[in-house]
Amino acid sequence: MTTDVVWIQEAVEKVKSAEGDVVLDFSSVRRIDSSVVTALEELAGMAEGRSVKVVLRAVNVDVYKVLKLLKLSQRFAFLT
Amino acid sequence: MTENFSSLSADRIAYLEGLVRQGKTAAAVFTQFTQLDVDRIVKAMVLAGLEQAQYLARLAIEETRLGVLEDKAIKNMVATEFVYDYVRDKRSVGAIREFPERGLVEMAEPIGLIFSITPITNPTATVLFKCIMAIKTRNAIIFGPHPKAWRCCQEAVRIMYEAAVKHGAPEGVFTCLESPTLPDNVYLMHHKEVKLIDATGGPGAVKAAYSSGKPALGVGPGNTPVYLEKTAQLDMAVVDIITSKTFDNGTICASEQTLVIDDEIFDSVIQKFADLGTHICDAKEADLLGRTVIDPETGFMRPMAIGQKATDIARACGLRVKPDTKLLIAEIHGVGREHPLSAEKLFPVLSVYRAKSVEEALRVCIDLNQFGGLGHTAVIFSRNDEIIQKFSDVINAGRIIVNSPGSIGALGGVYNDMVPTFSFGCGTGGGNSTTDNVNLYHYLNIKRVARRTQAHMWFRVPNQIYFNRNAVENLRQFPSQSTIIIANPFLEQIGHVDIVRRALPPETTVRVLAIPDAEPEVKVVMQGVEALRLNKVDQIIALGGGSVIDAAKIMKLKYESPEADLEELAAPFLDLRKRVVQYPTGKINRVRLIAISTTSGTGSEVTPFAVLIDKERGRKVTLADYSLSPDVAIVDPQFVMSMPKGLTADTGIDCLTHALEAGVSIHASPYTDSNAMQAIRLAFQYLPIAYEHPRDEEARSMMHNAACIAALAFANASVGVNHALAHAFGARFGVAHGRANALMLPHVIAYNAAVPTKFMPSPNQRAYTAHKKYAVVADLLGLGGDTVAEKVQNLVAATEQLLDRLEIPRSIADLGITEEEFERAMPDLSKIAFDDPSWRSNPRMPLVSELVELFWCAYRGRRPAKPITVPEPVAAMEGSLV
Repeated sequence: MTTDVVWIQEAVEKVKSAEGDVVLDFSSVRRIDSSVVTALEELAGMAEGRSVKVVLRAVNVDVYKVLKLLKLSQRFAFLT
Repeated sequence: MTENFSSLSADRIAYLEGLVRQGKTAAAVFTQFTQLDVDRIVKAMVLAGLEQAQYLARLAIEETRLGVLEDKAIKNMVATEFVYDYVRDKRSVGAIREFPERGLVEMAEPIGLIFSITPITNPTATVLFKCIMAIKTRNAIIFGPHPKAWRCCQEAVRIMYEAAVKHGAPEGVFTCLESPTLPDNVYLMHHKEVKLIDATGGPGAVKAAYSSGKPALGVGPGNTPVYLEKTAQLDMAVVDIITSKTFDNGTICASEQTLVIDDEIFDSVIQKFADLGTHICDAKEADLLGRTVIDPETGFMRPMAIGQKATDIARACGLRVKPDTKLLIAEIHGVGREHPLSAEKLFPVLSVYRAKSVEEALRVCIDLNQFGGLGHTAVIFSRNDEIIQKFSDVINAGRIIVNSPGSIGALGGVYNDMVPTFSFGCGTGGGNSTTDNVNLYHYLNIKRVARRTQAHMWFRVPNQIYFNRNAVENLRQFPSQSTIIIANPFLEQIGHVDIVRRALPPETTVRVLAIPDAEPEVKVVMQGVEALRLNKVDQIIALGGGSVIDAAKIMKLKYESPEADLEELAAPFLDLRKRVVQYPTGKINRVRLIAISTTSGTGSEVTPFAVLIDKERGRKVTLADYSLSPDVAIVDPQFVMSMPKGLTADTGIDCLTHALEAGVSIHASPYTDSNAMQAIRLAFQYLPIAYEHPRDEEARSMMHNAACIAALAFANASVGVNHALAHAFGARFGVAHGRANALMLPHVIAYNAAVPTKFMPSPNQRAYTAHKKYAVVADLLGLGGDTVAEKVQNLVAATEQLLDRLEIPRSIADLGITEEEFERAMPDLSKIAFDDPSWRSNPRMPLVSELVELFWCAYRGRRPAKPITVPEPVAAMEGSLV
């Protein structure tokens, strides 16, 4: 299933108030679309500004490849 | 087009960057899509394109003022329906082609973001075509339309995009420049996120694309020659040409430009054109036409004429033509700038040339092809296959259209089975990288997944081997009118030749050819061949050691195939299956070769090898081919009972070397391993006895068998670096082959057992196993040792003990060769050893420096001071002894 962009936006809110790591569970995400890409870019920017580490957990390789192609992978940490 | 983009405003750059960002994201997201996803989207797009074909045609006409509404609508339909028909069943995601028998799978990898230039002549059809290709291959496109056709293109993109996104395509997958400019194109062509430029446009756009440093697809200019040959079906040809040249007012660059017509049919062809609505210009009109539609300054067509109706062009030239005139024809008398109408004309004007012969017609077609049309398209109408073939040979065109219209024919899928396209690759002649009709495969990176394949192997031996005492009696079963026994004079003296003679059927005419007991020279071989010819021999019996049998093999080769060039056949090769030089298969004579060995070493009676001496170059030349193998081998120990001790030792060690090298060869197989191991066991057990007790018949018999069995192994697994060293050294210093092998053997075992500096590429090996195989040999011989390294050490020691027992000198120095002499020879020795094909099957690839070191070890009789370091751990090799 394609992930819901709202879910990422919730993570943005977490980042705003978080100290330390924020973990997003991608285990049920099969595919991402352009809106999710945009949301992740915003999330990464937000996290970098607050020195928060965002960890994406259980990202499948197809999604990982999208992040890699868009040079987004370097802005997140990954956890299997 | 090569200017920079410094004139772009910041806003324009931001706009372009926005397009790139959208396209890049879409392309990345698109990589997750499946074949089912893209096929579903493509179908929806095609239906949308078909629905709007006429609408888009109308927009194109209104904006560009080129072409014909009805034809543009047809083009839009071809660009959707016909293209879909081609792509619908094609795989473009994941595995797209599989070749299970070759272990190959082709996988599709999308390109990413493509910048695509589209032309004014076919604006919307090209957009529709490229959108379908892009979605089918999961790519995103930014379109850069011709500045005078961008609105219709943008509408075509919108229609495709909305259909695609509605059915799941990523947002931003297609965009189209608004009010495009040349700096826009340059900016995008150089953008790092643009992965491919697909330039369907004029020469300037194509050149800019190729000059950008980016991978690019481009079309080239055309100047389609048409040869109307006298056997053609003229009515069909004339209709086809009119159909093609007037289609969309001649805007397709593959359309006919000049007809070259055979003199015999010229007048009737012209009349047929006239009958079907063509205006035939007289000389004055032709001149006027040429000066009007072709710019004398540039030699190219004037834009005012492109895509216009024949009547409008006639009016512009001041010609009076009938209102229903479809086409203007003007005769030319040559090709080039001085004949303006011989250039490309993307409007309904055809030039014609009257050719007095086929040769002249072909010459003019070549001239036209070279005059701005290289690599594009050519057309021939003929029923003469030879002329069609000749035309196709001499014309450089990606598409040679036979007996059909040029423009519609080149598009593919209508008049022929070519791939439908709206982008014609023109090869290097047109400055392009392909001559193909550009299609979906050009929008893919195709990955080859190549699984490891195991090369087929073989175990080839003579189909008859007779062994044990009196095996020679089997000669009675081979009928022959004329037999020649090849032997050295000594064997005749001691009665061996008579034993053979008596064993032959009484009706056989037998002659004896005595040759020297030395490795054969070319002169000796050719004398033998002459004897075979004179006596019309149908059976050769080679009685002797390896030298005599090798000589007989080569005599047989030259007798059966006199054209065989020994120098050429000795050409080096890496893999027998892929060798450049093939041995002759045509034979003017047929002869049976029976080999009876009188030494227990070379095993030449069953091998496909023969060694010649090249005295001039001081080297041995090895011939190798299974056609050299004797037909029958006789391994009868009565012929070796009188072998001198020294010969027994040398040949016996040769046998052992064969077996040890075949055992660790990269071509070793379970078939050769069984023979190699048995031969090693027999040699270690019986060689010392045969040496010390020459009349011991069991030992002699077993060593004779051992030599043959070892040869069965190395005939199929080959030998190794030991033989390469021995060949070079033996030839240079005149040392017998077996003795030369002996001097190298302990050092080579240690060398092969150590961790290689370079491994030998070999698909049949699953690990480096030489040391383990030596350990297996040590176990077979009961040499003891707990580890592989100990076992290898014990094998080396046992080999050295065997050499001592055989009283073989343990160093080259012991032969009386001085160190200075050896030093002087070393450059040649190492070079010749490296050139020797024997080591190609060695488990370890020798460096030249390592060959030098091995030679010096053999010279001093010492191995390097460092201990043998065997590779550990190493996986077992499947199907082998370890």
